[in-house]
Amino acid sequence: MSALDLARWQFGITTVYHFIFVPITIGSGFLVAGLQTAWYRTNKDKYLRATKFFGKLFLINFAIGVVTGIVQEFQFGMNWSSYSRFVGDIFGAPLAMEGLIAFFLESTFLGIWIFGWDRIPKKLHLASIWIAATGTLLSAYFILAANAFMQHPVGYVLNGAHGRAELTSIWKVLGNSTAVTAFFHTIPSAFLTAGALFAGVAAWMLFHNKDAEVAKPALKIGLITVLISFVLVAVSGDTTSRLMTTQQPMKMAAAEAVYNTKANVPFSLLTIGTLNGSHSVFQIGLPSVLSFMATGNVNGTVEGVNDLEKSYEQKYGPGNYTPNIPFAYWSFRLMIGFGALAALISFLALWFIRKGRFPRKAWFVRSMIALPFLPILANSFGWIFTESARQPWVVFGLFKTSTGVSPGVSAASVLFTMVVFTLLYGVLAVIEFGLILRTIKVGPEKTVERDENSKTFTMAY
Amino acid sequence: MSLNSFWFVTIAVLWIGYFVLEGFDFGVGILLPVVAKNQAERRAVLTTLGPLWDGNEVWLLVAGGATFAAFPEWYATLFSGFYLPLFLILLSLIVRGVSFEYRSKYGSEKWRSRWDLAITISSFLPALLWGVAFANIVRGVPLTKEPAGYIQYSGGFWNLLNPYALLGGLTTLSLFVSHGAFFLALKTDGEIRVRANKLGQQVGLVTALLAVLFLGWTMLGLTSKGGVIAGSVVVVVAWLIALAANAKGREGYAFLFSAIATAAVVVTLFTGLYPNVMPNITAGGPGLNIFNASSTHYTLGVMTWVALIMTPIVLLYQGWSYWIFRKRVSSSQISSPEVGVLDTVH
Repeated sequence: MSALDLARWQFGITTVYHFIFVPITIGSGFLVAGLQTAWYRTNKDKYLRATKFFGKLFLINFAIGVVTGIVQEFQFGMNWSSYSRFVGDIFGAPLAMEGLIAFFLESTFLGIWIFGWDRIPKKLHLASIWIAATGTLLSAYFILAANAFMQHPVGYVLNGAHGRAELTSIWKVLGNSTAVTAFFHTIPSAFLTAGALFAGVAAWMLFHNKDAEVAKPALKIGLITVLISFVLVAVSGDTTSRLMTTQQPMKMAAAEAVYNTKANVPFSLLTIGTLNGSHSVFQIGLPSVLSFMATGNVNGTVEGVNDLEKSYEQKYGPGNYTPNIPFAYWSFRLMIGFGALAALISFLALWFIRKGRFPRKAWFVRSMIALPFLPILANSFGWIFTESARQPWVVFGLFKTSTGVSPGVSAASVLFTMVVFTLLYGVLAVIEFGLILRTIKVGPEKTVERDENSKTFTMAY
Repeated sequence: MSLNSFWFVTIAVLWIGYFVLEGFDFGVGILLPVVAKNQAERRAVLTTLGPLWDGNEVWLLVAGGATFAAFPEWYATLFSGFYLPLFLILLSLIVRGVSFEYRSKYGSEKWRSRWDLAITISSFLPALLWGVAFANIVRGVPLTKEPAGYIQYSGGFWNLLNPYALLGGLTTLSLFVSHGAFFLALKTDGEIRVRANKLGQQVGLVTALLAVLFLGWTMLGLTSKGGVIAGSVVVVVAWLIALAANAKGREGYAFLFSAIATAAVVVTLFTGLYPNVMPNITAGGPGLNIFNASSTHYTLGVMTWVALIMTPIVLLYQGWSYWIFRKRVSSSQISSPEVGVLDTVH
């Protein structure tokens, strides 16, 4: 494998891994803040125990999210130096803003929250988790704005002499339509992920007769969060796909394996293509649904891969502008499928637990345990889709992935770092998963009345 | 001052923030096995860092992001060039963060001692490697101008391990260890405080020696600018005050002056560098400076607004968080030190 292939693998591995933890952090930060607010308002002990218990799960997850995020900040320079030179004038700004505006806020206020129990006034302590959670939202916006430039470059001018894109309007970059829709698609899916986690954990606790006082409200909160989020994810997903059709028609065509331009296109439930991926041989679909998704009109015309390829060759010169179609097709479907399945399970579960019931059946608890994994898979496939179906471009229409790799870094170096990162990430995943299971098994702690004058720490490393 | 110079200064400020703050928590991590003798003490030592280390580390992320935004050519050449050392630093920072958060989840001796070892190693490596990296930047590295027009590092890995850079690495290592000891003496009580005070003095003397050698080499061998000489004098004077204060048990002053000395080291190195950001080891060879490595005037202007508005706010609330956790931590405050968070099953 070449340094380019290895660098792509490394980016894929480290980024998909990092993004397992990010949505859980964003969503559960707010849910924990909500629980603590409930405790602050009602002074009910169960909400305090719920805050501390889910707070613990949140922090175990947060730790890995933070440390794997450091790699994200530097690997552009390490493995993608040509890309960094090309986009640095534009791409660096949102990254620096993310650090200065969001990371400081998150890390400082989360530190205050973790170690501030019983040390600062209750109201201030509550504010600190809300501020930290808000920090995660800001962080998400800046990084999505940076990514949006890669999907749909705006607010720039090409400087041929310098061989780079240069910023002409920061407001256009930050206000990129792609960034806005991506934000409203990503944030609800983060809430969906956290809701599913809360619900799965709570259902397991109820099944094993653990602290129903904490688990019952958590189950309901989790399931309702999933359902509301799913509606928002679906609505923003619809906007996103329409935007994608105009901004990156090839991506939409690949997602649907539409080879030839036509109107009234069905949404494919199953498409079998020829092995070289040049056209489909068999298709089952929902009539006109794709046309509607892509254009908002059942009779809308969807451009096909083959026609787009021809027009791109004319526009950008000879080359291959078609992404891996089966990969795009399946990752798009798996994203929607896993997300919808999570919503379906949550919907049914809400019905089963109506009026305080709880079905003590193996099938029920098994589906509830599977629930948290579904949105995680959906999130991963969503990003795998949107990044891989943009190929061969790293910045759409401007800069190809193959020209972005660091010319001075050998394949051996990239291979070495990739292997070590992967091994380390694997070990960390096992440890983190073990800790999460253990935390759930131990369950919420009993609240201990603290002596006002006690000098011992509520929290110590 | 041109925007290019302003951003050169801003990036120096970010590195000052990073070295002054994470410098002491590297030091604390390295000192962990010698300064704390039992579980309660180890937990007390790490708890001094608890609410702070993550915010300290953000200074690095912002320094990286700001370099990317303001000097993309520097960011690209530096991080693709110093590939393996940077990789080792990233690896260390990953392991370190997780170790802090996970070590007390279980009370098991084995579990904790493994994380503690990880904390020490992962604090040691970056403390050494940042010095090696910065010394190399100041010294100059082999750079070539590629046909496509950009300037690329062409020195390989072993080139980075030259005597001057290694001396730089040992200097930051020793500096951070003493800085961490002064921090612990200020932030703990009892036995730990006494040990930290003593260690601060011993390692502090070694630091003084290394700093004089390193700065002397810089002045005599690389650059004898007025700023470098003045900066070096500040480093040495501040350091001697820190040692004197520590000897008298004036912990606040010892820490304050070791912070000033650490900041002065960064100022000295950046002054030596200016207006270059990555000079060529061969005089007259292609190199990167604040003009040919920079972003456009527009981008620098945008980032200037962001920095001018946000930096005071950040300093204010980060300072406030230090104020909240200003009290000393003692091992007697750790209730049931042998018990981990997840040990008890209800």
